[in-house]
Amino acid sequence: MTYKIEMRNITKRFGNLTANDQVNLQVKKGEIHAILGENGAGKSTLMSILFGLIPADEGDIFIDGKQVHIKTPNDANRLGIGMVHQHFKLVEAFRVIDNIILGVEDVNKGLLSYQEARTKINELIKLYGLNVELDALIRDISVGQQQRVEILKMLYRDSEILIFDEPTAVLTPQEIKELIAIMKGFSREGKTIILITHKLNEIKQVADRCTVLRRGKMIDTVNVIDVSINEMADMMVGREVLFDVSKAPQAVGESILKVHNLTVKSPEQTFVKNVSFEVFSGEILGLAGIDGNGQTELIQAITGLRPFQEGTLTFKGIDVTNMSIREKYELGFAHIPEDRQRYGLILDFDLQSNLVLQNFYMEKFQSKFMLKFDRIREHSEKLINRFDIRSEKGPSTIVRNMSGGNQQKAILAREIQKPHHLLIAVQPTRGLDVGAIENIHKQLIDERQKGKAVLMVSLDIDEIMDVSDRILVMHEGEIVANVLAKDANINELGLYMLGEKREANNDGAHS
Amino acid sequence: MERIRNILKKCLAFILGKSKSILVTIKPSLIAICMGLIAGIIMMLIFNPSETLSGLRNLLIGVIYRNNQLNLRGILTTLHHSTTIILTGIAVVFAFRTGLFNIGASGQMMMGAYVTVHVGVLWSLPAPFHWIVGIFLGVVAGTIYGLIPGILKAMRNVNEVVTSIMLNWIAASLLVYLVNRNVLNPFTQGGSQNIQPTAIIPRLFSNYQLTIGFLIAIAMGILAHFLLYRTTLGFQLRASGFNVDGSKYAGMNTKRNIILSMGISGAFAGLAGALLFSNYGKTLSTEVHVFMEGFEGISVALLGLGEPIGAIIAGIFLSYIKQGGFYMQPAFRPEISDMIIGVIIYFTAISLALQLALKKYSGKIKTFIKRKHLTTREEDEQ
Repeated sequence: MTYKIEMRNITKRFGNLTANDQVNLQVKKGEIHAILGENGAGKSTLMSILFGLIPADEGDIFIDGKQVHIKTPNDANRLGIGMVHQHFKLVEAFRVIDNIILGVEDVNKGLLSYQEARTKINELIKLYGLNVELDALIRDISVGQQQRVEILKMLYRDSEILIFDEPTAVLTPQEIKELIAIMKGFSREGKTIILITHKLNEIKQVADRCTVLRRGKMIDTVNVIDVSINEMADMMVGREVLFDVSKAPQAVGESILKVHNLTVKSPEQTFVKNVSFEVFSGEILGLAGIDGNGQTELIQAITGLRPFQEGTLTFKGIDVTNMSIREKYELGFAHIPEDRQRYGLILDFDLQSNLVLQNFYMEKFQSKFMLKFDRIREHSEKLINRFDIRSEKGPSTIVRNMSGGNQQKAILAREIQKPHHLLIAVQPTRGLDVGAIENIHKQLIDERQKGKAVLMVSLDIDEIMDVSDRILVMHEGEIVANVLAKDANINELGLYMLGEKREANNDGAHS
Repeated sequence: MERIRNILKKCLAFILGKSKSILVTIKPSLIAICMGLIAGIIMMLIFNPSETLSGLRNLLIGVIYRNNQLNLRGILTTLHHSTTIILTGIAVVFAFRTGLFNIGASGQMMMGAYVTVHVGVLWSLPAPFHWIVGIFLGVVAGTIYGLIPGILKAMRNVNEVVTSIMLNWIAASLLVYLVNRNVLNPFTQGGSQNIQPTAIIPRLFSNYQLTIGFLIAIAMGILAHFLLYRTTLGFQLRASGFNVDGSKYAGMNTKRNIILSMGISGAFAGLAGALLFSNYGKTLSTEVHVFMEGFEGISVALLGLGEPIGAIIAGIFLSYIKQGGFYMQPAFRPEISDMIIGVIIYFTAISLALQLALKKYSGKIKTFIKRKHLTTREEDEQ
């Protein structure tokens, strides 16, 4: 039979890394085909090749049995391929309708003509239940609605193949349900859907078939109905990577950070409601929750990046509520920030400068306001060796030119080597490949063995389960659960995260 | 011997390696200068074709060599006039390197100029101290005037471009008011009195205008470079300039950095005004106008690629072209050189964009050709 899409022997290398190694993908017309794999398994690379964002080194692509050459996204559009990217590509200051027709506008005597477009879009909205206000500005509508605009953009261009890149990462549970219904509608209308994800439940709910990628290689394509979630997980993770992180027992010590009745709000919104908890030395406290439930704001308030309205912070018995960021570092805070490019690094500085970003003014690196560049270089070379930070020109490499994984390693190196009692790690493994993830987990556990307190925030429930000793779950700005990892099970945590269940009594301390 | 040869070899390799990377860095400026000169030649061809060649020669080398002899006066005058724009250029560069656009160098310069004239006319001090104190207080005035947009930006997040432009006009009016009130020349009624001889900055050579101010300007360029790239302060200021959130995360006081940076930038601009008006015979006018040298500082900063050392070179170069314009007379109006400078600045601003566009365009052409090739092949297959 002819497949709607067939990708044969696709290989793509980035330097030494083989992102796709002889990958084959066959998608039938009208099916929902999931592509499953961990971060760095090569899912996005494969889809970027199909969508014309990057060229493949080897391999062929066939659409409806005919060989095609997709060099740019415009080629892909012409072939009826549309993609909803993980980060939306919308013009915030434009109306919904303007965003949908942008690039394919009808023009009548030099003026934009909306009439036909509006009729067509309204038909699409009715057909698939994609309710969205056409005259609202993008910046005024919710993330879920923005995603619908992206979907409408594809449909308006008559795309027959719809690619969704991690579409549920930014959605609330309710929105996820709606999205799944919408995708099933597309399938009924004969459209072909490719869904990139690492969430097994969603695949089970929505997909017909599933192709599993691991470390750039295609493992198998299976009928979703024939396999269990556990079998899919085995295929995805593989035997060679140990995801059961082995941890020696470690006694929990004194209280390092105590957060008491913390509230963070803006004039429009309350992000964190009256949150209290403690982190103790020798433990990894995992903070779980669906994205956008106040974790980011809570951590920013604790570290000092965002002001908070009520509550107190105590660090080893010292009141640090009103302390500056630098004072907190000097007391023993270390912080791996969520957005490493925005907060963690000065991208246009070289590596050695970034490695002393918080302590360049200290005696060790400075005398009489002059930087001691020889010391800074020495220090950076030590860290580069110890943490295996790879870059083109060593200490003098401009950080912008380094890979994401090595940027993250640089931050990790800087935060772990400096004297500290508390390490706050926000999504420390986001966007990293399997090997790097394992390494970072090992470093976090080493920290715990050394008696440091670790507060880890992650959106990945498996990471939380594997690495943490104790788990807090946040939902809509509140802490709804506080459980020991050994007593927790994933289904229960899921219910907490969705807000469908909450502990009656939690004071954030050990129960 | 062997060792010496090795060392020499290494030195040579180092210089060659460096010069190549320098050439790459200054490419945009060089392209812009070429475009400016081409535009100049075209204009000269339009206005006076028969004199174009000699006009071009006068423009390019008249400053150095004229009437079959070395033109020392030309060289020294060029350097003298470069002093002010080097300093305003450094002022703009310093702010730029820390992520701020100081378009108010003119205003800061005017405040520096007024205070220096005020001290020079009204105070009585012995010779070296008089001009030193005058210039120093001029720098203080420029600093304070630069701090205003800095504080507004740091505390209230008011855009420094808007405030510093408005402060230019406030400075222009304030200057006229202060001159009329304190140091008006009773005979001409049109400007300030001459400063006292003790307040005049010493010349380097008695017969030429060039003062030690030029050496101060060079020293300031080196100082600014040193401050930015070698000190802890510069480290923080540059970090804030590149990434405010990142430097906040790193525990730096970004608000203080913005204020400091604008203050230092204002100090350089204030020094420009102070040095200019401690020259013999310089008086402040009672007409309301904004000093152009502040805006020329932006040109210098652009052509100097946003580097303090670059500002020194660019300042001297622009002054050189301007001076060359005078030697084109009478065949051409000296305004030709202003036009050339305008084109140079224009192309510096867009040269990066131009390079990018060229790159993109060449890629598009290639894919276009390839696609044509492919489609024909597909048709053949069918």
